[in-house]
Amino acid sequence: MSDIVFCKGGGCTAKLGAGVLSKVLEKLPRGEYDANLMVGYDSRDDAAVYKITEDIAVVQTLDFFPPMVEDPYTFGKIAAANALSDIYAMGADVITALNIVCFPEKMDMNILGRIMQGGAEKVIEAGGILAGGHSINDSDVKYGLSVNGIVSPKRILANNTAKQGDVLILTKKLGVGIVCTASRAGEASQDAMDEAVASMTALNKYASEICRKYNVNACTDVTGFGLMGHLHEMLSGRLSAHIISGSVPVIRRALDYADEFLLTAAAQRNRNFTEQYIEFNNIPFAVEEILFDPQTSGGLLISIGADEGEGLAEELRSAGMPASIIGEITAKDKNEIYVS
Amino acid sequence: MIKIDAVGDVCPIPVVKTKNAIKELKGSGTVETLVDNEIAVQNLTKMANQKGYKVKSKKISDELYSVIMTVGEEQTEKEEQAPAAAESGGSIAVISSGFMGSGDDTLGAMLMKSFIFALTQQESLPEAVLFYNGGAKLTCEGSASLEDISYLAEHGVEILTCGTCLKHYGLSEKLKIGGVTNMYEIVERMSRAARIIKP
Repeated sequence: MSDIVFCKGGGCTAKLGAGVLSKVLEKLPRGEYDANLMVGYDSRDDAAVYKITEDIAVVQTLDFFPPMVEDPYTFGKIAAANALSDIYAMGADVITALNIVCFPEKMDMNILGRIMQGGAEKVIEAGGILAGGHSINDSDVKYGLSVNGIVSPKRILANNTAKQGDVLILTKKLGVGIVCTASRAGEASQDAMDEAVASMTALNKYASEICRKYNVNACTDVTGFGLMGHLHEMLSGRLSAHIISGSVPVIRRALDYADEFLLTAAAQRNRNFTEQYIEFNNIPFAVEEILFDPQTSGGLLISIGADEGEGLAEELRSAGMPASIIGEITAKDKNEIYVS
Repeated sequence: MIKIDAVGDVCPIPVVKTKNAIKELKGSGTVETLVDNEIAVQNLTKMANQKGYKVKSKKISDELYSVIMTVGEEQTEKEEQAPAAAESGGSIAVISSGFMGSGDDTLGAMLMKSFIFALTQQESLPEAVLFYNGGAKLTCEGSASLEDISYLAEHGVEILTCGTCLKHYGLSEKLKIGGVTNMYEIVERMSRAARIIKP
């Protein structure tokens, strides 16, 4: 297989910068207001929720990107886990999924088979049906899913409904962007890469299901904009947050790679966009970088009342996730995000 | 001067190439890296700043930027200073609560006040006092120990309060004495200290 064409540095590091994107989105015409659209593009969420009846709403989302690992089967699993994640961030269940495929006709079709096998396995694990798809002959490989889910309208988790006094929980380790980048530069250890792959292929299904037992106020999945970018969206100009950087789960080796400056362009774009909202209180350089690191198939960022926070974090940990409380939501302050 | 052409390379390759070139310099010299986007310039600049290299960048055209790093004396100085700082281990007092001991908190608060007073009476004062969690309240407006802590500060004792804790208790604006610190510094100060005094 032609490795060079297959993996050029993909995953969520390939996302357009939030700054560039919001300029375009602001100018889009809005159609007529529809009260049944419960979550849409103006609420900064990356999925739409449409109410069908009082008990059922459909959740629609899609995600696709270029490969971030050399193995096609692993890439398929990661791309699918990432696309399915938006459904889980909403607190919904997966129903159907369709493949989105861009693939060079001249490339070995077995590679495409392996990618789609990885994707299909994840859809099955999610409890959904892979019902078809669409493919395009393209110069580069890209793969992902369009996913439908359902949820009770009363139980939807939006990303911008956090409350003052909440604690924040992150369910996966940060650093997969830096580790994949280091790997491409030939400088990542096998252990670090294995840890990153295991994290990226893990579904957020289990975290999402545990969340339903608690009164979660807001939830999002941490992906291309990094922890700081997605937290900024969660605060939505209404609230501030205080993050205790030492309690954020990270892949340890990613800190070493950050100290070796194996940095992505996407992390720097994230920094350029979000840094103005953040006050860092003398944080080591590598830790700052990790907080901007774009995550592919990252964990859920959960905002929940302080009284239930530790209980939820403990249950997530007992289910095998590296979850921990990473900070708290406060009233709006001079700066939006304080990191100490 | 070593010239690196990193036009067409995606991050982190320009940084990796530049790092390798700097290694070849064996201590001092200049490396110029050509890249085709501003983000790569920012990542290179970030590395130079962290490493203490002098750095200059200029835009040649929309798709060509030059970043020049100078590795030299300044940086060696920085490296020499580091070990000296690591050896300065005096004693450090750590106040992690508003109360001394557990049991009766009214008693505990009185004991803490008198502990800090007694600290001011020692012949050799600690190098620093670190305040965290409930201890953070003691350096803030309304604390019964402000006078004693001021005495310590006036006599060269560094007073440091955990910023996270101040924030948590809503006391960021109420801090009266000393500076704000964080976990990295707390751990560093504690591990560098020859002795830690804890009520």
